Amino acid sequence: MNEPKIFGIAAEFESHEQLVRAAKNAYAHGFRKMDGYAPFPVDGLAEALGKKNRLPLFVLCGGVVGGFGGYFMEWFANVVSYPINIGGRPLHSWPAFIPITFELTVLGAALTAFVFSLGLSGLPKPYHPMFNLPEFERASQDRFFLCIEADDKRFEEKSTRQFLESLAPLRIAEVLR
Amino acid sequence: MSAGIIPPDEQVRTRLSPLGYPSNLLGPRVTYADVNESISSIVLRDRAPAQWWIGFAVAFCLLMIFFLAVSWLLIRGLGIWGVNIPVAWGFAIVNFVWWIGIGHAGTFISAILLLMFQHWRTSINRLAEAMTLFAVACAGLMPLLHLGRPWVFFWLLPYPDTMGMWPQFRSPLVWDIFAVGTYFTVSILFWFLGLVPDLATIRDRARKVWQKKFYGFLALGWRNSADHWQRHQTAYLLLAGLATPLVLSVHSVVSLDFAVAQLPGWHSTIFPPYFVAGAIYSGFAMVLNIVIPVRKIYHLENLITERYLNNMANVMFATGLMVSYGYFIEAFMSWYSGDIFEQYMMTYRVFGPYGWIFWVLMLCNVLVPQTLWSRRIRCNPFTLFIVAFLVNVGMWIERFVIVVTSLHRDFIPSSWGSYAPTLWDWATLFGSVGLFLMLLFLFIRLLPMISISESRELVAEPAKANAL
Repeated sequence: MNEPKIFGIAAEFESHEQLVRAAKNAYAHGFRKMDGYAPFPVDGLAEALGKKNRLPLFVLCGGVVGGFGGYFMEWFANVVSYPINIGGRPLHSWPAFIPITFELTVLGAALTAFVFSLGLSGLPKPYHPMFNLPEFERASQDRFFLCIEADDKRFEEKSTRQFLESLAPLRIAEVLR
Repeated sequence: MSAGIIPPDEQVRTRLSPLGYPSNLLGPRVTYADVNESISSIVLRDRAPAQWWIGFAVAFCLLMIFFLAVSWLLIRGLGIWGVNIPVAWGFAIVNFVWWIGIGHAGTFISAILLLMFQHWRTSINRLAEAMTLFAVACAGLMPLLHLGRPWVFFWLLPYPDTMGMWPQFRSPLVWDIFAVGTYFTVSILFWFLGLVPDLATIRDRARKVWQKKFYGFLALGWRNSADHWQRHQTAYLLLAGLATPLVLSVHSVVSLDFAVAQLPGWHSTIFPPYFVAGAIYSGFAMVLNIVIPVRKIYHLENLITERYLNNMANVMFATGLMVSYGYFIEAFMSWYSGDIFEQYMMTYRVFGPYGWIFWVLMLCNVLVPQTLWSRRIRCNPFTLFIVAFLVNVGMWIERFVIVVTSLHRDFIPSSWGSYAPTLWDWATLFGSVGLFLMLLFLFIRLLPMISISESRELVAEPAKANAL
């Protein structure tokens, strides 16, 4: 494989409105493999970049598994594996099983939300080419970046750079691998 | 009001919102860099302020007392405490309910206020969440120490053991393990997920190698990318939605530990909502007790303005009135029930050997908070601190009254008895305060105590900050 030496080309902006406008332009221009970087969650940025979010579905599944698993555990333990007659009450006294079913539904959903929100983003990931970009530490302060990645089908060093220049950024830099 | 953050020449621009609050939350000239600097410098600077060291030293001494008390408990057993029959639930359970109640305000602030788009929560939610974690940790230890043989605590958990036994899932005490365990887990996930972007901010600001490595490791490689933010925000919102019913369920389950029993004074249907209101009441009092000194020592009046204190005082006051209503209904129902044992319990609770404690409770939890009708007391950090402190004391006493006065005289006079705490009971209580404070001081020193990314958001969209 002939891997390109650079990871992508990044443009730096001063405000989140500029970044969202640039992202919309880039998407309209046909770029798909790109990412925006901002010091806080910018409304509409992910949509402008065409990012999909399947996290809620996973969390729903996690909650359902937690809930059914919890109820099954209680039923199996108190009805099948270790039945005790307490005051003649039915072994399968389902109302008493509800609190734990609820707690385990929440636990299953919460664990899924945590693990998948990081995992789907590829975290933890100690090294990433973007950290090579000078000034990138300002992405956690007051700078907004748009990086078009070299893996993109329409990526071509010269034309991509020209396109980014047309967006009037503060500066443009190559991101090395 | 928030004059500290607005330069004198900008005073004219401070408009009042319809509710009378100054509409500028962050001040007109605060920039992204200011927010980053004022929060992350607390973590990154070399020396902590002298007040931090003094507080840390006090907390450390109390923690050592806790270790001593727990060690002696493990060596000698439960006999060192004042518990016996009939009062088999003493300080340990009182402390447990008190601590877990304190934790509830953190979740309330971070989850429920988030869902209600109350952006004023931003400056206090991180601190309140940390408080939740540490309070729940203190709470969780109490019933474990009360087990008698704490080293086999895992018998409480459902797992296929060699004895062939399972926990009894029809018992509220088993519900409690799941409720508190889930609560602790969800709180820690919520807290850490919120911290990740801020840890990345600290990593980017750090200049020392060990700081870069330490915060870089904890930040998990966060890059502030649109992808990260999108999932982060979704997960954060979902966790808030999950934590909201959870926080209501936890103290309800705790109250069922009492309410399911047949004992007069415990067997009451009002317990779940009454306990939840009490939990939020004491929790907000604790948040105020922490936030007021912290904002003074670290000069955070810019970010935690008096408006925040006023809002917190209002929530504390509202829940305090609900709790007062709970006291009234408890007394009314025991009279109205016509049940001789219920009536007897109430008479003895108020006029019996522990009667004076009941009146201290009324003073701290019902009378003193009435001063909060006055705006001047709500907005003055000093008076608010004192009221909140008394509320905390009062809420501890409330649990003492519920646990001890109900147990000490039940149905037959031959089973009556009395209860007095021993030195080790007190050492465990104050020691657990030491554990709590120790964790809190370490948190303030090592991690950003105000959400930096959410504060940046307020800089970007001042309209959000000003909306109430």
